[in-house]
Amino acid sequence: MRNKPLAVAAGLVLLLSVLVFVAGWMFGRLGARHGPVPAAAGAPVPVDARAVFVPGGGQIDALRRGVPVDQEGHPPPLARVENADLRRVRAYPMQPPTIPHAIDGYQVDKNSNRCMLCHARANAATFQAPPVSVTHYMDRDDQFLATISPRRYFCNQCHVVQTDAPTLVANGFRDIDSVLAQPGGGQ
Amino acid sequence: MSLVARVRAHALALWRTLRAPSRHYSLGFLTVAGFVAGVLFWGGFNTALEATNTERFCTGCHEMRDNVFEELKGTIHYSNRSGVRATCPDCHVPHDWTDKIARKMQASKEVWGKIFGSIDTREEFLDHRLVLATHEWARLKANDSLECRNCHDYDSMDLTRQSPRAAQVHKLWLGTGEKTCIDCHKGIAHRLPDMSGVPQG
Repeated sequence: MRNKPLAVAAGLVLLLSVLVFVAGWMFGRLGARHGPVPAAAGAPVPVDARAVFVPGGGQIDALRRGVPVDQEGHPPPLARVENADLRRVRAYPMQPPTIPHAIDGYQVDKNSNRCMLCHARANAATFQAPPVSVTHYMDRDDQFLATISPRRYFCNQCHVVQTDAPTLVANGFRDIDSVLAQPGGGQ
Repeated sequence: MSLVARVRAHALALWRTLRAPSRHYSLGFLTVAGFVAGVLFWGGFNTALEATNTERFCTGCHEMRDNVFEELKGTIHYSNRSGVRATCPDCHVPHDWTDKIARKMQASKEVWGKIFGSIDTREEFLDHRLVLATHEWARLKANDSLECRNCHDYDSMDLTRQSPRAAQVHKLWLGTGEKTCIDCHKGIAHRLPDMSGVPQG
């Protein structure tokens, strides 16, 4: 052996490495043996989230869902936004189409318009989204603008998502086609 | 004796001491002490590094706490049904060691900004916002949205569980490798600056 001190130093480092590894391994096993912490006893009683909802129950204030005014009802469960991406039929020809997808966190302000990322004329093909109508590029004098008209900028003024919430107020609206389809309706 | 000559003499003496073999300490002691000191140094270094890699550390400064952190709170990466939360370093610091150190060295510029108060008010933040955001977009574009993909891997996505339009667009652009996450998902965790002239999607 030509360089004995070097071999001894290398051996020492190796030995220490093994020692540190074994120590770490043993500490790790020690911690793992304790197991999961048992769940805390006496958890609060879950609140009944169901609403006292009687559709068409004859109450005057449908928003109170039949709960007497001197009592507080449980809040109804949050409605989910329909996200099926199936275009809905319009109730009447000039109705702004409803949004068939979720729009959570979409930023529409003076800095950016998330809707127009897909629904702008230039981006519609990229995202396979229906482009907004040409009327949305017109100012009030019917002059076409290069970008979306400022008066049409805030999409949610007319276009809204739909949820699966039960209707609170009954609605007898019938569209023109069903009126026409009635016997003698076209007269 | 001039000052330069004295400093030179001291430096030479120090160099000679460092060059000379140890006179009092054994080889065994030096090896073991060096090993222990190495373990302590490396452990300390990594502990300090990880301490600067926490949400607590990032939001310790008002610049982050009052601006970007407030905006993060309402987004899906902070409040969601499954309780998994992305903290600042998950997206803003590379997880890979070499890249992490490179990013940490870049961050010395941010320490400079903190000390000299580049962003002391909300208005100053809004003025800088486009520049700051552009840095992050450029970084994510250059590394193919690596920090997104640490969690959101295209190969692991079940497209049938996505909404039809999301599945279609992901397949069309992400699946073909033509676009990367940040191309479309700018402003996913913070509000966007004035985006006129910035390509989105």
